[in-house]
Amino acid sequence: MSVDIATVKRVARLSRLAVSDEDAQRMVGELNVILGFVEQLDEVDVSGVEPMTSVIAMDMKKRADVVTDGDKAADIVANAPASEEGFFLVPKVVE
Amino acid sequence: MSELTRLTIAEAREKMRARDLSSVELTDAYLSAIDAANPSINAYVTVTADKARAMAKRSDERMASGEAGALEGIPLGIKDLFATEGVHTQACSHILNSFEPRYESTVTSNLWNDGAVMLGKLNMDEFAMGSSNETSYYGPVVNPWRVEGSNKSLVPGGSSGGSAAAVAAELCAGATATDTGGSIRQPAAFTGTVGIKPTYGRCSRFGIVAFASSLDQAGPIARDVRDAAIMLRSMASTDAKDTTSVDRAVPDYEAAVGRSVKGLKIGIPKEYRVDGMPGEIDALWQQGIDWLKEAGAEIVEISLPHTKYALPAYYIVAPAEASSNLARYDGVRYGLRQQGRDILEMYEKTRAEGFGEEVQRRIMIGTYVLSAGYYDAYYLKAQKVRTLIKRDFETVFADGVDAILTPATPSAAFEIGDAEMAADPVKMYLNDIFTVTVNMAGLPGIAVPAGTSTDGLPLGLQLIGRPFDEETLFAAASVVEKAAGRFTPKRWW
Repeated sequence: MSVDIATVKRVARLSRLAVSDEDAQRMVGELNVILGFVEQLDEVDVSGVEPMTSVIAMDMKKRADVVTDGDKAADIVANAPASEEGFFLVPKVVE
Repeated sequence: MSELTRLTIAEAREKMRARDLSSVELTDAYLSAIDAANPSINAYVTVTADKARAMAKRSDERMASGEAGALEGIPLGIKDLFATEGVHTQACSHILNSFEPRYESTVTSNLWNDGAVMLGKLNMDEFAMGSSNETSYYGPVVNPWRVEGSNKSLVPGGSSGGSAAAVAAELCAGATATDTGGSIRQPAAFTGTVGIKPTYGRCSRFGIVAFASSLDQAGPIARDVRDAAIMLRSMASTDAKDTTSVDRAVPDYEAAVGRSVKGLKIGIPKEYRVDGMPGEIDALWQQGIDWLKEAGAEIVEISLPHTKYALPAYYIVAPAEASSNLARYDGVRYGLRQQGRDILEMYEKTRAEGFGEEVQRRIMIGTYVLSAGYYDAYYLKAQKVRTLIKRDFETVFADGVDAILTPATPSAAFEIGDAEMAADPVKMYLNDIFTVTVNMAGLPGIAVPAGTSTDGLPLGLQLIGRPFDEETLFAAASVVEKAAGRFTPKRWW
């Protein structure tokens, strides 16, 4: 499988990456090289093979459903590019 | 140059215990060495000199009152991927501009609890994506090693290039690093240092900036095998904050250093003898086989038939997980923000400006292979291949193999700005051909220096172990180290 410029632009949109036409053109070539490389996997017979979900056989740990953390609003917004009174500020999303 | 920065962790520990050396003296020696070398090597992106001196002073006080921890007073460098409270933590990316976390990673907390001193944050490939440290927002790290008679700058490997270069150039006693496809072992091999990626789940991932969560593991880069063992014991733990951290006691890895390998079965996988492998790598491998045989190990040829599919499967799994993990960088909660007409444009401009080319490439690949209609053909298939890769290892371990010996890298360090690798991303990816299988199977792997190339550059061997049997790796690696000796770059900086 290979990608064309329209696919690259669609994937860039899904990835939330602004790309110029020039960037998109360059990426077509780069992505096709990588996709060509991973195509080797077509040689492998995977019929009846379970996909890996965990490299180490273990049950996922669960903890008691209790509050262990919190009251850290100031810490949480401390690194925000824009915040006010414990809220993140973003451009208007609802008219 | 200071004789103090030459000391290994074990040697410094002994001198400090005997009160022949204080942590403040040792820390000052490292800070001066960093001042002198960092403009040439670019290993540190931030030096925390005041913090280091304060921590060293407290270490000296603790030692005076007889309550020293396992790493008391030892000055370490920390890869920029680890969250350190109130200190630069950007995964060497522009998108985490000015980020200073309000919390500490579990691995670094463990180190400070054991008395270690933080010198600063180390350079790396952006988000740990790279094999040469050239994708860092802070510029490439320069390998302290050079080809004899040449002044050309070589890469230290990546992504933990700053960690490896700082250890090799004696700019820290040891360093933390992380390994997703070879990012500890390849730079260790390129700089004549020792690096171990432990079994998946051995070190907590809490507070480590995520790249590919099912592959990422932390580990140390150190001057020698013993130092790597000392550091790993402190870094490893069971952590309720990481559901993939294992409930297993941490062994005394140092006790395994120098342990006999008599009767151990060491596997030599024929699939690692790849086409076009340089003669010097082959000769190094044979040398390692001979050393282990002389030490009493039994050498057996083994087969890991799916080896060649590990790298292509990795370049589906790792970008897929990265594209999900990196979705959080949206210009809202932390880091860089570029203004846009609406929120979508803000996201897109922020991410285009904040992520470098290689990171964008991997996000794009990851998004593509996970997108509707392609998931089964790419991601699901790669996870099935991963099962087969793991099964290969399980089969040889079930047959009684204790550890596997391979080369660490297909070549010695190459030049910064290598034109062929810059033109073809897959060429760069091939650096991890011997290391990536280990991540895909979750196994422990250690890189230990074993010789030099015809150009005089260090070359490493890799030992791969059974899950949670890092001790056998320390034992076997110390046989190689004892036979090969230590490797130190000639100072030019």
